[in-house]
Amino acid sequence: MTESDIVTENLVKKFEDVTAVDGISLQVKKGELFGLLGPNGAGKTTAINILCGLTKPTSGAAKVGGYDVQRATGKVKELIGVCPQETAIYPYLTGAENIELFGNLHAMNKETLRKRRDILLENMGLTGDAKRRTAKYSGGMKRRLSLILALIHDPQIAFLDEPTVALDPQSRRAVWDFIKELKKESKTIILTTHYMEEAEELCDRVGIIDHGKLIALASPEALILKHKVENLEEVFIALTGRKIREEV
Amino acid sequence: MKFQRVLALTKKEMKKTVREPAVLFMIFLFPIVFVFAFGASFGSVGDSQPSYSIGVVNLDQAGSVNASQILLNALTDTNILTVQTYVDNQTAQNDLSQGNVQGVMIIPADFSPSFASYQAAPNNPDMWTNATVSLYLDKGSLVATQAVPPIIQQVLSALAGPNQQAVASPFSLETASLVEVNAPSIFDFMAPGMFTFASIFLIMIVAQSFTEDRENGMMKRIRITPTTPTEFMTSQVLSYMVIALVQAILVFVMVYFMGFQPEVGIPVYAFAFVLVLLFSLSNVGFGLITATIAKSSGAATGLSFLFVLPQMFLGTFVGSSLSSATQVAGKIVPSYYVTDALTSLFLRGADITSPAVLLDTAVVSVSCIAILAVGIILYGKYYKI
Repeated sequence: MTESDIVTENLVKKFEDVTAVDGISLQVKKGELFGLLGPNGAGKTTAINILCGLTKPTSGAAKVGGYDVQRATGKVKELIGVCPQETAIYPYLTGAENIELFGNLHAMNKETLRKRRDILLENMGLTGDAKRRTAKYSGGMKRRLSLILALIHDPQIAFLDEPTVALDPQSRRAVWDFIKELKKESKTIILTTHYMEEAEELCDRVGIIDHGKLIALASPEALILKHKVENLEEVFIALTGRKIREEV
Repeated sequence: MKFQRVLALTKKEMKKTVREPAVLFMIFLFPIVFVFAFGASFGSVGDSQPSYSIGVVNLDQAGSVNASQILLNALTDTNILTVQTYVDNQTAQNDLSQGNVQGVMIIPADFSPSFASYQAAPNNPDMWTNATVSLYLDKGSLVATQAVPPIIQQVLSALAGPNQQAVASPFSLETASLVEVNAPSIFDFMAPGMFTFASIFLIMIVAQSFTEDRENGMMKRIRITPTTPTEFMTSQVLSYMVIALVQAILVFVMVYFMGFQPEVGIPVYAFAFVLVLLFSLSNVGFGLITATIAKSSGAATGLSFLFVLPQMFLGTFVGSSLSSATQVAGKIVPSYYVTDALTSLFLRGADITSPAVLLDTAVVSVSCIAILAVGIILYGKYYKI
């Protein structure tokens, strides 16, 4: 049996009277690309925040890379790379400076950091703009740079929170190719998205979340087969009676 | 703690300061422009109910007439001067250099004989024995140098009798400290407070920086890395101390070329910069407190004035020209003690090890570290670092 990199057991997170995550239990295997699907506000980002150690769960447990997220947050942070939903980069730094900053925050060796910076800039098509301040970047360039910041230290486990939201088709395709490359390197990836075609294209397995609950968990093909529909969008309709993007 | 992380974040903060026009203006250009404009134009001295403490060294050989006691009573009766007697000039001068008295008056040995000679022949100046009262003034106090000599001169003249304005007197007043050096300008009095003034706007910059990083998700992004809260806060404090140092150097150069050139040694200048660095800790602390209260960077800008204005008006060169009540209120803000210590060092000629400077330094150190600690604890409690 393949070892799991991420394990959650009955994870619950309540914000006053709202239950954002409601008893989620799942396992993500090493090297698996796992999609967390659901409309905005379903609880995907809260679940990611718990797994990163940013948010304390109300109850339940979570392990990442074999470490308890609450008890060994420091160890978990060394293992993971997180691309947050918002495009968080420093506008007054150049692309290269942003990358170097986050490489240094991960205590990377100077030479390794330089090599990896150049490779990632090349892969994301940003080499020519590396010395420009990011305030001048387009939205797509910022998202691609944000992805580089998350992965500069070559983490074993990557959390990509809506990495292609609001991207143009060309940039989205570039990000998809990049994620596929990560999968080839046997990285464990959790990808949140409300683009069902993205999940179908990339994910080994998906978990569909609605109102904080995990309502389906299987490979995209298995879910489509089980519900006798054409795609994941229709799976969601079959499960909830709603379109996934009605609530966007 | 990994120094690599601290250095990376410090460099980032430095680049922000240099590259963000608004930050660059607020931190470096605004204090310089303000200091220039204020220093060049500010000249009024407002205090309707003044009170000055004067030290008296009485060398008078009083005979049958104790004229020096009459003089002391007359000084006290003005209700403007508080007289404190000293047994020797050295002790009095020490207190003057510490700012404990605004002036020291030396009554000469021949004061009573002079008074007696005047009484014996009030209309015959040839028969008088002339006496000179020496007055040393606090060169760090604009009001003392301007207000005290005329008051004492008036009291001395009054000893000559009710018609003193028409009749000459055997008593003369020599303001010793002003005889020795060039008369200080208003700008000289303001200069120490300008060093303090410069770094006060760090409060606003720190508050804006933390709230902005919270709003745009950078704080969250850094929290996801292995960077510890200690590493992060160390980098922030280091960054702002460097900025405060650069500010102090710029202001120093500015005031130097505008004519403030105190005759003190390099250790005194170095000590002044240490004081400014210590003071910058309180500004980082107040900035963090503001960032804790403020929900947005816009709100942080406004709220920061809750701390900027008291520090500025009660503790810098601005406050030195306000009422005595305001100056007493100034003792609640750290900037007051920084300005007072710098005034003692630069204008009063006090040593670094003098009690007044050490006391000010102790107050600055304790209060600034405490304010920084409160800021870090509050921010950490409401917004995880």
